[in-house]
Amino acid sequence: MTREEVFNGVQDIFRDIFDEDNLIINNTTSSDEIEDWDSLNHINLVSAIEKEFKIKFAFGELVTMKDVGTMIDIILIKTND
Amino acid sequence: MEIYKKITALEYPLDVNIILRKKKSIKKYLLLQDNLIEKNIVILGGSTTSEVKNILELFLLNNGIKANFYESEYNKFYEDALFGNDILDKFNPDIFYIHTSNQNIIKYPGYKESESEISTLLSNEMQRYKSIWSSLSKFDCAIIQNNFDYTLDRSLGNLDSSDIHGKTYFINQLNSEFAKSSREIKNLYINDINYLSSYLGLKDWFDKSLWYQAKYALSLSAIPELAFSISKIINSIFGKAKKCLVLDLDNTCWGGVIGDDGLGGIHIGTETAVSETFTSFQKYAKELKQRGVTLAACSKNNFKNAKEGFEHPESILKFDDFTSFKANWNPKHQNIIEIAKEINIGIDSLIFIDDNPVERDIVFSQIPSVAVPNVGADVIHFIEHIDRNGYFEPISLLADDINRNQFYEDNKKRAVEQSTFKSYDEFLVSLDMTADIKSFSSIYLDRITQLTNKTNQFNLTTKRYTAGEIGNIANSDDYIKIYGKLTDKYGDNGLIAITIGRVKEKQCHIDLWIMSCRVLKRDMEFAMLDELVRQCKEKGVSEIVGYYFKSAKNSMVLDLYEKFGFELTDTSSEDTVWKLGILNYKNKNKFIGVSNDQRRSI
Repeated sequence: MTREEVFNGVQDIFRDIFDEDNLIINNTTSSDEIEDWDSLNHINLVSAIEKEFKIKFAFGELVTMKDVGTMIDIILIKTND
Repeated sequence: MEIYKKITALEYPLDVNIILRKKKSIKKYLLLQDNLIEKNIVILGGSTTSEVKNILELFLLNNGIKANFYESEYNKFYEDALFGNDILDKFNPDIFYIHTSNQNIIKYPGYKESESEISTLLSNEMQRYKSIWSSLSKFDCAIIQNNFDYTLDRSLGNLDSSDIHGKTYFINQLNSEFAKSSREIKNLYINDINYLSSYLGLKDWFDKSLWYQAKYALSLSAIPELAFSISKIINSIFGKAKKCLVLDLDNTCWGGVIGDDGLGGIHIGTETAVSETFTSFQKYAKELKQRGVTLAACSKNNFKNAKEGFEHPESILKFDDFTSFKANWNPKHQNIIEIAKEINIGIDSLIFIDDNPVERDIVFSQIPSVAVPNVGADVIHFIEHIDRNGYFEPISLLADDINRNQFYEDNKKRAVEQSTFKSYDEFLVSLDMTADIKSFSSIYLDRITQLTNKTNQFNLTTKRYTAGEIGNIANSDDYIKIYGKLTDKYGDNGLIAITIGRVKEKQCHIDLWIMSCRVLKRDMEFAMLDELVRQCKEKGVSEIVGYYFKSAKNSMVLDLYEKFGFELTDTSSEDTVWKLGILNYKNKNKFIGVSNDQRRSI
């Protein structure tokens, strides 16, 4: 999977979870910029990503995913394993 | 606007991924519906409830209920229930849902503890919940309480379920105590997560990682199933359960086509695997019928052939089990409309099962309010579509429900008689009708509450009441509250009419006037009016004020007050207000012998 494919998949998930059809994210997008991105919605995001990319995050990885860029890094490593 | 359609992701089999990911857009869509009823729901959580609330909201909206929620702070279920708080006290709840699980069990038995010490532990644990339920009783509303799921780990292995020190054993004891309490405490309903978790598989039900991260006591993918389960109980509490199962015949009730294969050629019985699948489906339908669900047949067939199918010696269902039987060549949606009319129930009280996708499509597209589950072509899956969707979920087994089918069958006999009389009056006289029309008494309060919540057609205001409210009205002098029971020569129709009037100064305002459609055109409404007027006079009332609030289903009673001789005094869009001075009122009922409170007391 290319970084772009993963990025587009993640953007779709963000759009669904936050219900904003035109939401544009980038690598530095973090919970500071999206008002509804609280700890419970973080769980919802992560769970949707796991389903979409058929991967499982390790317990320790969840806390490290502070912004979209690191999320995509970890997804890329896992999907290309 | 395009016709509103139910969201199939929210019906069995649930599309859990869609629900979790698209919940916000699903919610927006569901909010476009007309005629939503609003309810206030309190969620008292022993663990995180955020997604439980969000998803429950969708299931309720999908059934026409718009919920306002109050959520307790994390794990404050006990404190909120016992000590309340300002917000909760003002919230005016209709339903409490207590979201607890095995994570909330305070202390399991230690391995050295004696039997009596363990039974003390059990009663301590029970005491917490009993005090919650008794404290919430002041709100007079339904309490939905989870029982307990099993723990994933069992350090005693298989012994865990049989040794008194086992966690599994302890949980089973608690669940049995919960069941007992729900039979004893009015308005306490158990949400059976013990069943649900085993249905889904414990390993998919509980997600350790999610518990440590976010304190959810169940996995995210189990939350829609949990919410679905709660919503079925809530639907049933508000009278939204279905009433009638409409069945196709060929390849639904038996294997093969009766018209082609003949009675000897259809598959039913226990001889072959295929026959057995149809037999078990018939058994399931028969069980539903025995507990009060009405059965109807809707088949493209010659009537004689169709009827003959149920004469098969191995057939579990018999022709007489069907309250309405349509076997002809008309389009099925027309037959289904006829069935609803014949049984006298709302079209949205029906569900239709057919192995043929074309027939399902026609019915679904022509009458969207009929539930048409996508059962596929194989009878082996039909039961789960009926069962898992909870169409017929009962909150209790009332004698009236179990007898309901008898009423409809008696009604058929009445219809036959009717055609042989010269006039309708003559027919009414011949019925030898007698009625009890009296003030609410405690033995009938459950039935009264049930009827107030499920009557849609003969209902002037469509006001819904909780059991608690009905209890308060029963005890209040400010209300005239009468029920009617009607018996005729064919049998007892049970409690079928309710009128609630609020007395204020010299006026009586009719908050509720309902009647079951099974006694339409029997003049029962006149007998009710006579008694209302009599009680009004006793209370010094000189004028009765009636209200008609239009709903999607109550056009049948649009002119009821006019028929009663009331005068129209106010109109606001399609709602109307009516008044009747009663000083010179003359009794209107001519056909029903009535015993009321007065005659009993004399």
